Amino acid sequence: MGMTITEKILAGHAGVKKVIPGEIINTRVDVALGNDITAPIAIEEFRKAGGKKVFDHNKVILVPDHFTPNKDIASAKQCRILRDFAKEQNLTHYFDQGDVGVEHALLPEKGLVLPGDVVIGADSHTCTYGALGAFATGVGSTDLAYAMMTGEAWFRVPETMKFIYKGKLPLWVDGKDLILFTIKDIGVEGARYQAMEFTGETIAELSMAGRFTMANMAVEAGAKNGIFIPDEKTKIYVKERKTREYAFYTSDPDAEYAEVKEYDISLLEPQVAFPHLPSNVRGISTVGSIPIDQVVIGSCTNGRIEDLRVAAQILKGRKKAPFLRLIIIPATPAIYRQALEEGLFQIFLDSKAVISPPTCGPCLGGHMGILAKGERAVATTNRNFVGRMGDPESEVFLAGPAVAAASAVLGRIGGPGEL
Amino acid sequence: MKFRGKVWKFGANIDTDAIIPARYLNTSDPALLAKHCMEDADPEFIKKMKPGDIIIAERNFGCGSSREHAPLAIKAAGISCVIAKSFARIFYRNSFNMGLPIFESSDLADNTAEGDEIEVDATSGEIVNLTRNKKFKANPIPPFMQELIASGGLMNYAQKKQMKKD
Ligand code: SF4
Repeated sequence: MGMTITEKILAGHAGVKKVIPGEIINTRVDVALGNDITAPIAIEEFRKAGGKKVFDHNKVILVPDHFTPNKDIASAKQCRILRDFAKEQNLTHYFDQGDVGVEHALLPEKGLVLPGDVVIGADSHTCTYGALGAFATGVGSTDLAYAMMTGEAWFRVPETMKFIYKGKLPLWVDGKDLILFTIKDIGVEGARYQAMEFTGETIAELSMAGRFTMANMAVEAGAKNGIFIPDEKTKIYVKERKTREYAFYTSDPDAEYAEVKEYDISLLEPQVAFPHLPSNVRGISTVGSIPIDQVVIGSCTNGRIEDLRVAAQILKGRKKAPFLRLIIIPATPAIYRQALEEGLFQIFLDSKAVISPPTCGPCLGGHMGILAKGERAVATTNRNFVGRMGDPESEVFLAGPAVAAASAVLGRIGGPGEL
Repeated sequence: MKFRGKVWKFGANIDTDAIIPARYLNTSDPALLAKHCMEDADPEFIKKMKPGDIIIAERNFGCGSSREHAPLAIKAAGISCVIAKSFARIFYRNSFNMGLPIFESSDLADNTAEGDEIEVDATSGEIVNLTRNKKFKANPIPPFMQELIASGGLMNYAQKKQMKKD
């Protein structure tokens, strides 16, 4: 019996020939990541356990992206812990203001996570790197402390669910719509403890940005990781970015899957997830008339240059609706610069958007655009739980950048087709 | 080890933003986090509960973010253990790693009401609803997780392993 790509990467890093779903293994990790929320606890645990030196100062990466630029005194204190630790441990990859971006956009962009890697991050959306053909999963702060100390992590080898997408992507339909549609189908625990392997002719055509978006939201279906078989597009993406060697893995034809799902997406329309679960998804033509107060375009899900280009295409020559806030957050400094150079900022400013420095900001209700009681937002982020962007009685609707930008113009949830 | 306490019930898909909203994550101080435990699921919860009480939930408890602040807030609030039909995976591993006792039981939630008194035997997995005089069995805990518990969490386990190597 063959192995899936996830099983092969795990076996390789555990130093064994074969792993079987359900088995608990210990593997070495290529990258251990923490942010300003999770790393302070990890650093404390590391010290309490007598940790002196991290296992490899090139492989422990700290990204203070959530409450930065420091939102208040408490968050300044958290970031200070990271900065001091980075200096003390001589970490090669610590990102402060000016260099910092949203972690899951930043690490692939810098070539710090690569195909074939095992990556753990004390952040649930670490699964984003599966887009590169890596095994990447979110863990907690104690796991991060353990990895900083030992260079290892424990895992239960996941079963794999295979998702095959067929058909040509319709206009304005992208990775976000594919993944929202998938989560609607299987539910928020449809892939609990499992690997989601995304394949099919649609995926072969999908951009790397679209793949990052899909892998990013695998956790929203409860998955341990989302993964793509690396191809020519992956090669082009990593060629100029790689900071070390990498390996392409693929699934064997006779690999065993817990379940196989097939979708024909040739007639799919843009999708929107209603409050308060990412599985509460409807097609754009069925949303009805829902007025909104805010639109956020950014985050590790959809804050890449491709997303900003889509938004700009729709916002060009148009203005946001009155009394609505439109917040655009390029996910990294490189994306920020590129958007500026391509003239996208001009379009955004003309449309009366506000452009934020790279940060998680409102995505988790941290800062930079919090909702009051009763307010509604359309966001290109990944979670719409109760209180996620502010008051517990506010609401978040999840969509791709096309619907988000169109909604900003319309002042209600709607697609580009309505403009 | 046995836990005995009053039951607080929660539904399915209780996410980590409901357990400890992100707006309070600018700190990792357990006492400060505890003040907001379960706030977006039930704003009155922290005022009503008493140390030793037990949370019973439906499926997929703890879905969402990887924040260890979630099990930490529950533990610091004084909840003795959480029993759900199932747990989201990061919350599951975080709880074992940092020492919040959690159990899976498919039929307890359907046969227990809020306010019932229950007793949990952590070793045997036996759960007794003292109010209704009914017995339940939690799913067995995998051997590796038992080892983690016996070591007192992942970091103590790491230290033990380190000592063996040195
Ligand atoms: S952008 Fe949002 S989902 Fe992504 S890492 Fe930041 S807070 Fe988490």
